Amino acid sequence: MLNRNTCPDFTPISPDELTGEEMTRPETTYFKDVWRNLKKRKTALASLFVLALLVVMVLAGPMMNEYNYYSNDYAAANQAPSALHWFGTDTLGRDLWTRVWVGGRVSLLIAILATVIPYAIGMLIGGISGYFGGKVDMFIMRLIDVLMGIPSLIYDILLIMVLGSGSIATLVIAFTITGWLGSARTTRGLVLQLKEREFVMASVTLGASPIRIILRHLLPNTLGIIVVGMTMTIPSVIFAEAFLSFIGLGITPPNPSWGQLIKEASEVFKQYPYRFIIPCIFVGLTMLCFNLLGDGLRDALDPRLRS
Amino acid sequence: MLRYVLKRVVIALLTVFVLATVTFFLSKLLPGDPFMNEKIPVSVQEKQRAYYGLDKPVIQQYFIYMGNLLRGDLGTSIKFVGRSVRDIIGEFFPVSAKLGLIALSFAEIIGLLFGILCAQYRNRWPDYVLMVFAILGIALPSMVVGPLIRYLFGVQLRWLPVGGWGKTWQQAIMPAFVLGLGTIAGNTRSMRACMLAVITQDYVKTARAKGMSPVRVVLKHELKNSLVPMLANLGPMIAGVLMGSFVVEQIFVIPGLGKHFVNAVSTLDYPLIMGLTIFYGAFLVVMNLLVDILYGWVDPRIRVK
Amino acid sequence: METSSHLLEVNDLAVSFFTYAGEVQAVRGISWYLNKNETIALVGESGCGKSVTIQTVMGLLQSPGRVTGGSVRFEERDMLGLSAKELRQLQGNRMTMIFQDPLSYLNPTMRVGEQIAESYRLHHKVSRSEAEARVLDMMHLISFPEPERNMYAYPHQLSGGMRQRIMVAMALICNPQVLFADEPTTALDVTIQAQIIELMNSLKEKLNTAIVLITHDLGVVANMAQRIYVMYAGKIVERGSAKDIFYRPKHPYTWGLLASVPRLDADQSRDFRYIPGTPPDLLNPPKGCPFAARCRYACRACVSSIPEEMAFDSEDHRASCWLYHPGAEALLAAAERERGMQR
Repeated sequence: MLNRNTCPDFTPISPDELTGEEMTRPETTYFKDVWRNLKKRKTALASLFVLALLVVMVLAGPMMNEYNYYSNDYAAANQAPSALHWFGTDTLGRDLWTRVWVGGRVSLLIAILATVIPYAIGMLIGGISGYFGGKVDMFIMRLIDVLMGIPSLIYDILLIMVLGSGSIATLVIAFTITGWLGSARTTRGLVLQLKEREFVMASVTLGASPIRIILRHLLPNTLGIIVVGMTMTIPSVIFAEAFLSFIGLGITPPNPSWGQLIKEASEVFKQYPYRFIIPCIFVGLTMLCFNLLGDGLRDALDPRLRS
Repeated sequence: MLRYVLKRVVIALLTVFVLATVTFFLSKLLPGDPFMNEKIPVSVQEKQRAYYGLDKPVIQQYFIYMGNLLRGDLGTSIKFVGRSVRDIIGEFFPVSAKLGLIALSFAEIIGLLFGILCAQYRNRWPDYVLMVFAILGIALPSMVVGPLIRYLFGVQLRWLPVGGWGKTWQQAIMPAFVLGLGTIAGNTRSMRACMLAVITQDYVKTARAKGMSPVRVVLKHELKNSLVPMLANLGPMIAGVLMGSFVVEQIFVIPGLGKHFVNAVSTLDYPLIMGLTIFYGAFLVVMNLLVDILYGWVDPRIRVK
Repeated sequence: METSSHLLEVNDLAVSFFTYAGEVQAVRGISWYLNKNETIALVGESGCGKSVTIQTVMGLLQSPGRVTGGSVRFEERDMLGLSAKELRQLQGNRMTMIFQDPLSYLNPTMRVGEQIAESYRLHHKVSRSEAEARVLDMMHLISFPEPERNMYAYPHQLSGGMRQRIMVAMALICNPQVLFADEPTTALDVTIQAQIIELMNSLKEKLNTAIVLITHDLGVVANMAQRIYVMYAGKIVERGSAKDIFYRPKHPYTWGLLASVPRLDADQSRDFRYIPGTPPDLLNPPKGCPFAARCRYACRACVSSIPEEMAFDSEDHRASCWLYHPGAEALLAAAERERGMQR
């Protein structure tokens, strides 16, 4: 430890000279921290990669051969996968490679729109409810309590029948009407916690308008948890779309969607199993990846689970 | 506790009321006319409308409908001529309920068990294996798994009957498995999460400081506290199984209510759709109510809130 | 150094947490002992390693924490070498623990009576009714209001002070040799704090239990402990009898702690002080005295090397500070002048 022979230097030292020794740990921001945690989760990263690949294929896939998704070609009906038709053809001779990717476009578009729109609405309503509290909150929460009790998929069925089945817009509107409740409730809970925090107090005392506080201070701070929720919701929307297609309420033919393709193929499953299995693989893969990504994000955001 | 239950009951009643109202007015907006048929003379069509009370103003129809509802009358099917919706529910719901109950109970038990194993062996191989299974169970919807296993075990291997209901108990195996798969997977995941949340709680440290063995800590302290939030999942689980029955009954040709609902949708049998929607809705509301009451009973903290 | 007649003896204990960022040296070679029927206190700010120390002593240290050196002896046995099963026979029985926040440390879905009975039934082969009788005795002993009724209450139905009484009853039901109390009064109101301290003092007399008190609040220590260890950044910077620490403190950190205790008999605005700055990051502990960065009297020697412990008026009063090194007289004189002026 101390060498007795050399006399220690007892000259006083000013506090300024000492501060350099502190703060040796690298500083991390919230999002850097989340990203660092996410990077360590190989499954989540792989899922992100697969999803990116799927998006690229859904956009570029149909352009890779000369077929379109709607032209019937009875001469080429019911072909197995070949050099010409990479995924084979269906009963009407339509190229399944093209139909799978165009169908993926439809399914993913519905999934993303029918997640983001209801979440945005839910966040706004939840934010208002949590921020204002009192009677507004009371009313909105009781309304949500009541509406939550209604099974959403049954109402999607009714709504789609009313709106006229078959288009992307109908499905998205139906899912939006029934889908904002959960995110409203989550956001309200988060806002209730956040609004006690100093930075919100500070902007209240500085005279910021409620809408500004909600949009600029409260909602951005709920984003982490909301994004996780969205990632987990997307697969359930994909499921709902497939479910509705299965009971005959999805996208109307000849427009494909993954659910539609599964439904069509399930009727001729015995003869042409590949027609069923191919869209199933993509639905399964997409749901799997979103779930794994959501898990990874949630763990990365959860301070308790960080190592 | 009483206050808590009362509040829940009021919310449930309100929900059923909103449900019935929304269903009624939505059904009035439905396009298409079930009586529209060129082969039937217009005068007969008029008579049919009058028989179903569809010629009166909508508001009046609404009050008649709600009045009938209070007496438990859900109207009369159009396609099954002369059969009341109540009859149809009475005949086919027991089949769906039995299938649902089998699926739900085995899925709950297995899912909870898997979840506990995952949490206790977190980040070791049992956790990984079970989580892969759970994620697959969530990623593969019943319309995918159903036809696949039906083909494999029913058509190819001929181990199990491909469909039908009520003749042998083997007929229930595949549908119940397909129906329960999502629930097993969901339960495994949420039980794992609930238990992991409990494991980090301070009172688990207290229990360990008492010198309890790890197994005892799990059984006496962690289990009950992680089951409490799991109860809240029970409502959505029941709803999920119910929805699943639409698909599963279709695939395995089971004469349940779900199959009828899907058929009613495709044949535009409005009274049947309305009746079944309200029935399903009310059924889930009652289930959620029971779950809520159970929740308050198990977690002493809820009652005071 | 010490004879092994002590009930509990910790020698040169070092504990580290192995995190993603590297090894955090939470406890860096500390030694202390506890005699029968004695109350000692480990005092320091949060993060100074006092809680980690007693968790280690009780065998409750969890990964990523690991003992990296030293020994713990309890009644002549090497605690760090015990099997999990042997440890469990001591935990909750011979050595028990009270925690800071009684609400979060009690199981919310279990009746408090059952929670008190739990460790008794675990360590004694008794029937449910015998355990229940023992719980009632215990609740009477701590003068808990309406024990017959309240033993069936859930934690959330009791007040903070009552909950802490439950924790005390829980910890003492097996007549332990040592009771570790980790910030037992921090989460409580001031009036309740006094009650809990009094309760612990009186029970200690009745049950012959030695207490290791952990706190950042010297006010609590004054009423309980015979000897005090002041910890800073994983090290003991000063130790001595309560009188030594309160009347003849030697380490500038102890001065700071004492000055930050609010006093009713002094001018509030002048005498209530805090210590500026934050403790060092133990991921990269400074090579000199860890307190140097916050010390008003720091010199170059403080930054470059760690001072050795020296004994003062008695063998038991020791502190580690360069100010008392021959050669630093001028600095010490200046420091004492300044402290004298502050008084």
